[in-house]
Amino acid sequence: MIKAILIFNNHGKPRLIRFYQYFAEDMQQQIIRETFHLVSKRDDNVCNFLEGGSLIGGSDYKLIYRHYATLYFVFCVDSSESELGILDLIQVSTIYIFMTVFVETLDKCFENVCELDLIFHMDKVHYILQEVVMGGMVLETNMNEIVAQVELQNRMEKSEGGLSAAPARAVSAVKNMNLPEIPRNINIGDINIKVPNLSPF
Amino acid sequence: PSNAAPPPRPGRRRPQRPQRRPSRRSIKMPAVSKGDGMRGLAVFISDIRNCKSKEAEIKRINKELANIRSKFKGDKALDGYSKKKYVCKLLFIFLLGHDIDFGHMEAVNLLSSNKYTEKQIGYLFISVLVNSNSELIRLINNAIKNDLASRNPTFMCLALHCIANVGSREMAEAFAGEIPRILVAGDTMDSVKQSAALCLLRLYKTSPDLVLMGEWTSRVVHLLNDQHMGVVTAAISLITCLSQKNPDEFKTCVSLAVSRLSRIVSSASTDLQDYTYYFVPAPWLSCKLLRLLQCYPPPEDGAVKGRLVECLETILNKAQEPPKSKKVQHSNAKNAILFEAISLIIHYDSEPNLLVRACNQLGQFLQHRETNLRYLALESMCTLASSEFSHEAVKTHIETVINALKTERDVSVRQRAADLLYAMCDRSNAKQIVAEMLSYLETADYSIREEMVLKVAILAEKYAVDYSWYVDTILNLIRIAGDYVSEEVWYRVIQIVINRDDVQGYAAKTVFEALQAPACHENMVKVGGYILGEFGNLIAGDPRSSPLVQFNLLHSKFHLCSVPTRALLLSAYIKFINLFPETKATIQEVLRCDSQIRNSDVELQQRAVEYLKLSSIASTDVLATVLEEMPPFPERESSILAKLKKKKGPGAVSVSDLDEGKRDGGGELNGAGERGPESSVVSTPSPSADLLGLRSAPPVGSAAQGAGSLLVDVFSEAGPLAPASGVNDDGFLRFVCKNNGVLFENQLLQIGIKSEYRQNLGRMYLFYGNKTSVQFVNFTSTVSCPGDLQSHILCTPPVDPLVEGGAQLQQVLNIECLSDFSDAPLLNIRFRYGGALQNLTLKLPLTINKFFQPTEMGSQDFFQRWKQLSLPQQEAQKIFKANHSMDKEVLKAKLLGLGMALLENVDPNPENFVCAGVVQTKAQQVGCLLRLEPNIQAQMYRLTLRSSKDTVSKRLCDLLAEQF
Repeated sequence: MIKAILIFNNHGKPRLIRFYQYFAEDMQQQIIRETFHLVSKRDDNVCNFLEGGSLIGGSDYKLIYRHYATLYFVFCVDSSESELGILDLIQVSTIYIFMTVFVETLDKCFENVCELDLIFHMDKVHYILQEVVMGGMVLETNMNEIVAQVELQNRMEKSEGGLSAAPARAVSAVKNMNLPEIPRNINIGDINIKVPNLSPF
Repeated sequence: PSNAAPPPRPGRRRPQRPQRRPSRRSIKMPAVSKGDGMRGLAVFISDIRNCKSKEAEIKRINKELANIRSKFKGDKALDGYSKKKYVCKLLFIFLLGHDIDFGHMEAVNLLSSNKYTEKQIGYLFISVLVNSNSELIRLINNAIKNDLASRNPTFMCLALHCIANVGSREMAEAFAGEIPRILVAGDTMDSVKQSAALCLLRLYKTSPDLVLMGEWTSRVVHLLNDQHMGVVTAAISLITCLSQKNPDEFKTCVSLAVSRLSRIVSSASTDLQDYTYYFVPAPWLSCKLLRLLQCYPPPEDGAVKGRLVECLETILNKAQEPPKSKKVQHSNAKNAILFEAISLIIHYDSEPNLLVRACNQLGQFLQHRETNLRYLALESMCTLASSEFSHEAVKTHIETVINALKTERDVSVRQRAADLLYAMCDRSNAKQIVAEMLSYLETADYSIREEMVLKVAILAEKYAVDYSWYVDTILNLIRIAGDYVSEEVWYRVIQIVINRDDVQGYAAKTVFEALQAPACHENMVKVGGYILGEFGNLIAGDPRSSPLVQFNLLHSKFHLCSVPTRALLLSAYIKFINLFPETKATIQEVLRCDSQIRNSDVELQQRAVEYLKLSSIASTDVLATVLEEMPPFPERESSILAKLKKKKGPGAVSVSDLDEGKRDGGGELNGAGERGPESSVVSTPSPSADLLGLRSAPPVGSAAQGAGSLLVDVFSEAGPLAPASGVNDDGFLRFVCKNNGVLFENQLLQIGIKSEYRQNLGRMYLFYGNKTSVQFVNFTSTVSCPGDLQSHILCTPPVDPLVEGGAQLQQVLNIECLSDFSDAPLLNIRFRYGGALQNLTLKLPLTINKFFQPTEMGSQDFFQRWKQLSLPQQEAQKIFKANHSMDKEVLKAKLLGLGMALLENVDPNPENFVCAGVVQTKAQQVGCLLRLEPNIQAQMYRLTLRSSKDTVSKRLCDLLAEQF
C-alpha cells in the first residue's frame, strides 16, 4: 500500500501532499520535513529506494523517489509493493502531470516551469494522481486510460461554462511534443504513448 | 548513470539569460492570462511567493483567512465559482502547513452541486482535510449516497474515491453493504468497478468486521477473469488482501491467477495493446498476480503447478534475452516481474532447480551497472540465504558482496550488503565476514554503526569456536566503534568470560594490553576494570603486569571517566585488595583521599567510604567471601540478539536463522540472563552492585538512597481533568493491570517503572535511561497533580542534572492515597540534548486499583453483597468490543494484575469472571465487586462494577473497559 505521496522542492517546500493513512496535520508536516531531510542529502545517481524515516514507520516502509529538476516525487510504500513497479508508476504519473500542466505555459517560460505549474494547478495535480492512486492502491496504470479519464473531466469542465481551451491545447501540444526536447531542464524520458479518442478541436 | 532517462541535474540551473527571461509577472502567474478561472487564487499564491519573511507570509495568510471567513459568513449567498475559489485557497494554505478549521461546510455544500467541477473540488477538500465532526460526516454520507445512486459513472467514481480516501468507520457503516453490489453488478462501468474494488479494499482494511464478503466471494474472485485489465489490476489488490485474512475461502483464486499469469507471460508484446508498457505486457498486473500467489503454498493440483513452473521459467528465460528497448522503463518493468517471480520461488522454497537459477540471476544483478538492481538483488538474496537449497549458492557471491560493502557509493546499498553478509554467514566464512565488517566499521556511516556493531557481536558469539577470537573481536569492536557499543555488548563479553574459564587468562591479558593505548574508550575501561578485578590474578605472575602495574594502569584512566565507570572501578579496586593483599595500602590511600571520600557524587562517596571501611575491619576470610569471584550467569537468549530483533522488527533481518544456529551445536556460548530495562541500572545504591548484581534490581529497602525521593500525597476527589495539551498517555493504560515495565520510549530516552503497593501506600521507581551516547544536561523530572489533585507535594529533590550517554538515572516516588481519585498525576521531564530542549509530559500510571486489597469470599457471600450494592449510582456498566485476545488465561492474568481477588466457582456461568476487593485509602475503605461477561461469538464483553462509592465504580469501569 502507498502510505503517502509527497512532492516537495529542493528546499523542502511542500508542493503537493497526499496521505492515504490518517496523520494529524502537524504530524504530516513533520513527516515532510523528515522525508526531505532523508532524501535531499542523497546524491543523484544513487539508488531510488531507501528505508522510511521513523515518523512514517521506519524500516518496514520504503521511500521510493525520483528527483526531477527542482522537485522530489516521493512515494512512501509498505512491503507489499514492488519497488520497480512504483518507480515506473512515479514516472507515469509525473509524465502525465507534466503533460497536463505544462501545456498552458509551453510558450512562456521554462524556468522553474514544472514547480510553478504544480503550485498553480494544485487541484488538477490532485485529480491526476487520483486517477492513478486511490486510497493508497494503484488504480490504473494504462496511460491511455488515464488520458481518457482526465480528458473526460476536461470536457465536462468545458461544457460547464468554463473554462479554457486548455484541453485542446493540451492535445495538440502532446501530439507535437517530444518532451525531452522542449523544456530542456526537465528531462523526463520520452513518451511513446498514443493519445486516443481525442478529436482535434 | 542509473537511469537511461536520468533526472536532470538538480540544483544546476540553466545560466540565467536576462534577455530571455519573461517579465516577473508572467513567471509568477503563468496561468492567469488563459482565463482559466481563478484569478484571485493566482494573485494570492503570487503574493505568498513574494513574501520576504515568514512573518509576512503568516500575515498575508491570516488576512486571507479572515477574508474567506467573512465571505463564508456573509449574507450574500456565494455562487459556486466563488466557493470553489475559496476552497482552493484553503487547500493551498493547508499545504503550507497551516491548520484549517473551517470551510468544511462550504465544501460539503459543493458536493450537492450539479456542476462537475464544483463537486470535484468539494470532494477533494474533504479527502485532504479529513474531519471527524459527526454532523458533517452525516451530510457527506448523504451526498455520497446520492452520487452513488446517480448512475452517472463520473459522479459515482468521485464518491467512491472519497470513501476510499477517508475510509472512516462511519463511512464503512454506511456503505460497506452497498459497494460489493456495485462491484459485481453486470451493468457497472469498468471505471466504476475499478474504483469500487479499491474502495472496498480500503473499507476492509479499516473496518474488517463490517465488510462481509460471504455471498460475494466467488464473484469477486472471478473478477480475475475480467476482460478489462484495469478491473483485474484493481480487483487483485482487493483479493490479495482478503486472501491474507481468509486464505481458505479465497483459495480458488490460485488457479485463476495462474492461468491469467500464464496468458500474460506467453503473450507477444503487442497482444495487450494499451497495457503493454515499453514492450513488456502488463507489468504491474503480473507483479500483483505473483504477489497474490505468495499468499499461498505451492498449488497442489499438478497441472496448475506445472503451468506455474512454466511461467516462472519463462520469466527467468526472458531475463536472458536481449532487451527489446534500451529505455530504462523497459528494463524496470521487466525486472519488476523478475524480482516478484524470484520472491515467489523463494517463498515456495521447494524447487531446487528454480532456486539455483534465481540465485544465479541475482548474482548477475549484483554486478549490474544499475544501482537500483544491485540494491534489490542484495535484498532478495538476503531471503534466499536462509533457504537450505540455495544457502551454498549464495555463499559463492561473498567476494562480490564484500566488494559492494567497500565500494558502493550509496549507504542504502551498503546497508543491504551488510545485511546479506550477516545472512550468509556460517561457520565456514565467519572469520572472513567478521573481519570485513570490522574493517568496514572504521569508515561506516554513523547511521548504521550501532546495528553493525550488534551484528558483529552476534556473529562473533555465534560462530566462535575459539574464545580468544571472540574476545579479540569484541575488544576490537570497542576500540573501533566504542561509542556505538551498547551496554548489551559489553555486558555480554563479560558474561561469557565469566562463564568460560578457558578464556579468562587470555581475556585478562588482552584487555590489559588494550588498556595500554594512550586513549582508549570508556567502554574498554569498563570491561578492563571488570575483568582485571575478577581475573587480574591470572596474569599477575608476569612482572610486566604485576598487581601494582595493573592497578596503576586502571587508576590512570579513572579521572577521565564518567561517574558510573568510576563507581565500577572503585569496585574493581576493592576486589584487588582481596586478590592482591600487597596492593591494600596503595588502594586504601586512594580511597581515603578527599576526592573519593568526600566526592560530591553520593554514589562514589558511599562506595569509597564503605570499601575503605570494609578493607580495614573485615578479616581476610570475610573479605574473600564477600568479594568472591562472580558465579556463572544462567544461560538464556543473548540479550544482544534480543536488541537486534527489537531494532529491526521481526523478519527484517533473518535473525531467525540465527536462532537455528544455536541448534547446530559447537558454537554456542554460555548465555546470560536477559535483562529488563530496570536491571541495567548503573548507579544503583547497593554497594558494588555492578559486580555482584549485574542483573539484580535495586533493593527496595535502600531506595531512599537513590538519586532522589519524592513524596506525593494523592488525595482528593478529582473532577474530570481536561487533558493538558501534549500529555502523552500512550503508556498509561498499559499499566492498569501491571506494575512494572517500560512506560515510554523514544529515540533518546527510555523510562522504565517498577512499583509496589501496600494498603494505601505505594512506592514507584522511575528509571530514566539515556539511549544516546551524548549526555543530557539540565535534566529535571517533576511530578504535579493538576486540578484537585494539586497539593501536598512535600519535596522535590533535584535529580542529577547530567545523564551520561548510555547511563540510567533513578527516581523514587513515595505515594500515599488519601482518598479515592480519578485523574492521574503528571510527570514532566525536561532536559537538553545536544542543545535542543526536550520537554515531555506523561501521565503517571497511578490508578485507584493499585490500592486494592483482594478479598476472598464464597458464592453466597458474593451475591449477597452484590445485591446490597444495588443502588443505581453504585453500579457502573459498559458493553464493549474485545480489543485483545479473549483467551481465558490472558483474562485471568489481567484480572489478577488488577489487584482484586479472582473468585473461582462463584458465578454460575463458568465463562464469566467475578472479583472482589477493597480499595484502601486513608479516608475510607471502599468495597468493590466486579463481574466480566465475555461473549466469544460476538467478540464483546459486558463489564459491571459495583462499589459503595459511585466515583470508584465509574473510574474502575472506565479504566478496565480499555484493557480487554
